[in-house]
Amino acid sequence: MQTIDLATQTLREMNATLQAQKDQTNATQWEIENPRGAHAIAVGLDAPIEVTVRGSTGYYCAGMNKQATVHVTGSAGPGVAENMMSGTVIIDGDASQYAGATGRGGLLVIKGNAASRCGISMKGIDIVVQGNIGHMSAFMGQAGNLVVCGDAGDALGDSLYEARLFVRGSVKSLGADCIEKEMRPEHLEILRDLLARAGIDAKPEEFRRYGSARKLYNFDVDNAAAY
Amino acid sequence: MNEHDKRIPQTVPIQSATFSNPINAEIRRAAATGIYDIRGGGAKRKVPHFDDLLFLGASISRYPLEGYREKCDTRVTLGTRFAKKPIELDIPVTIAGMSFGALSAQAKEALGRGASAAGTSTTTGDGGMTPEERGHSSKLVYQYLPSRYGMNPDDLRRADAIEIVVGQGAKPGGGGMLLGQKISDRVAEMRTLPKGIDQRSACRHPDWTGPDDLEIKILELREITGWQVPIYVKVGGTRPYYDTALAVKAGADVVVLDGMQGGTAATQDVFIEHVGLPTLACIRPAVRALQDLGMHREVQLIVSGGIRTGADVAKAMALGADAVAIGTAALIALGDNDPKWEAEYQKLGTTTGAYDDWHEGRDPAGITTQDPDLAARLDPVEAGRRLRNYLKVMTLEAQTIARACGHNHLHNLEPEDLCALTMEAAAMAQVPLAGTDWYPGKPGTGY
Repeated sequence: MQTIDLATQTLREMNATLQAQKDQTNATQWEIENPRGAHAIAVGLDAPIEVTVRGSTGYYCAGMNKQATVHVTGSAGPGVAENMMSGTVIIDGDASQYAGATGRGGLLVIKGNAASRCGISMKGIDIVVQGNIGHMSAFMGQAGNLVVCGDAGDALGDSLYEARLFVRGSVKSLGADCIEKEMRPEHLEILRDLLARAGIDAKPEEFRRYGSARKLYNFDVDNAAAY
Repeated sequence: MNEHDKRIPQTVPIQSATFSNPINAEIRRAAATGIYDIRGGGAKRKVPHFDDLLFLGASISRYPLEGYREKCDTRVTLGTRFAKKPIELDIPVTIAGMSFGALSAQAKEALGRGASAAGTSTTTGDGGMTPEERGHSSKLVYQYLPSRYGMNPDDLRRADAIEIVVGQGAKPGGGGMLLGQKISDRVAEMRTLPKGIDQRSACRHPDWTGPDDLEIKILELREITGWQVPIYVKVGGTRPYYDTALAVKAGADVVVLDGMQGGTAATQDVFIEHVGLPTLACIRPAVRALQDLGMHREVQLIVSGGIRTGADVAKAMALGADAVAIGTAALIALGDNDPKWEAEYQKLGTTTGAYDDWHEGRDPAGITTQDPDLAARLDPVEAGRRLRNYLKVMTLEAQTIARACGHNHLHNLEPEDLCALTMEAAAMAQVPLAGTDWYPGKPGTGY
């Protein structure tokens, strides 16, 4: 286990050290101490390493992550795992707004709640939230899966493209062009796999699926009120 | 008509200035279709512009440089504030961001070829970086847009600079559009969207709002790229003083300021013509913001929106810009709106010089299209050569003016080299009305 203490080392030193790890590195286990809510912790990683952040982080922790597993034992500030490409990011606590924004791949697990705009503009990432999510989540979501074990706030999936949304609890309201859809066997299989990978004990059959009605895909003046 | 009536003088039919033929045609079009007009390009209305300024040239109080003997430097370095590797350009004319998707792959390649041959940079757009574009661009600026289409850390690290796009002059406060006709298989794949749908780009970034967040976003991008490359912040011309100041506060290396004549691939005509400031009105407030912060020349200013000639380049730089960017002019150099396609423009219901339905993807010149047959009409090598020539001519023109004003570097041009032909231009550029020592708003004059 390699340890980087942010009380004595700079953010630049930490990120440069982690970013320097290559595919074949033997130093696969890393621990970040004293994050103290710093921004941009463990961003731009691109190696199969495991990084544990002991505490809570500020904005954009694990931004643009590739391959790495980043585990935050506290809570995460806005934009955690933004534009993630691959790998896994796990937040033991809560996540602030924009969690997983524009993510293109990988798995983001939030064991607490996620604030507003969770999964905004998601492009292939899988996000599993054990608690609740805030308003405008998955806004303009293009691809990937958002799984919510608790409740969803207002305007879920507004202006959704092809992202799939699964909610076990209540949905306060659906956004423009987002509708409830039939849960078919292939969706149950996707859910079962994601819940298992996230380590969450929940039954896929308890969830409802939401997706795009695809009525706003091409402009039609008769839909103008929806814009 | 009887003989008596024939003797009465007839009134001449008078067209309404308010309800002009173009306005009436638009009313009829809106009534027939129920949708606003969408088009490409920038503002077509006449606004105060660089044409309303003149250089004074040398006189007894200043002596000129010999055009064929004495050097007039054109080099510019962008990103000197924080980046370990600032961009060094031979000329201060760069190519503005235009997307693959809006433009054909051939056009993007031609832009890269022409810019590289002229010693300047080109810029990606809302659609990510293509290998062809990277391969043909010696200096490539990678745009970081609200849509984040195609965004990935590998391309970020392949870029020579990153441009965070907050807004653009054609539609400050508005997002992008790419209608279904242009969402080909390749464009759809790069943008992670279904083929053939109307693609809407968000008007603001998904994971930050406001200058404090922007500062943290810039920190993240620097950490991902190891503080190697410059980070530009591009804003549309609306509140240039405050936007420039806030961009500097957020940590920008370079501010890109785009006036309302700046083009777009597609947006509402009402947006293009009625939102934002003329380029001329943007420069002095932005420069003042940099000066007030002690950052003029330390944070570089790139001005765009209606730059067409070396005179425009020289005027923008005399007002305080470090460089300019061109978009529409570069497309024209490639072959956009060329008279040789007049017959085809006519079939599309338009004419040479007026063609702006870039969003429809039927460009006869093969530039603003994804149609393989149309795109094949543009030879990227030949088009790149035309762009190089044009960039060289602009530079020579700007040098000619600078030498005439007695300067051995384009950056030495200054407001004192200029006068204005109109009150409006004098007020916006804050240079004297021709033949006077006064401009509206001049401190101490009471006006």
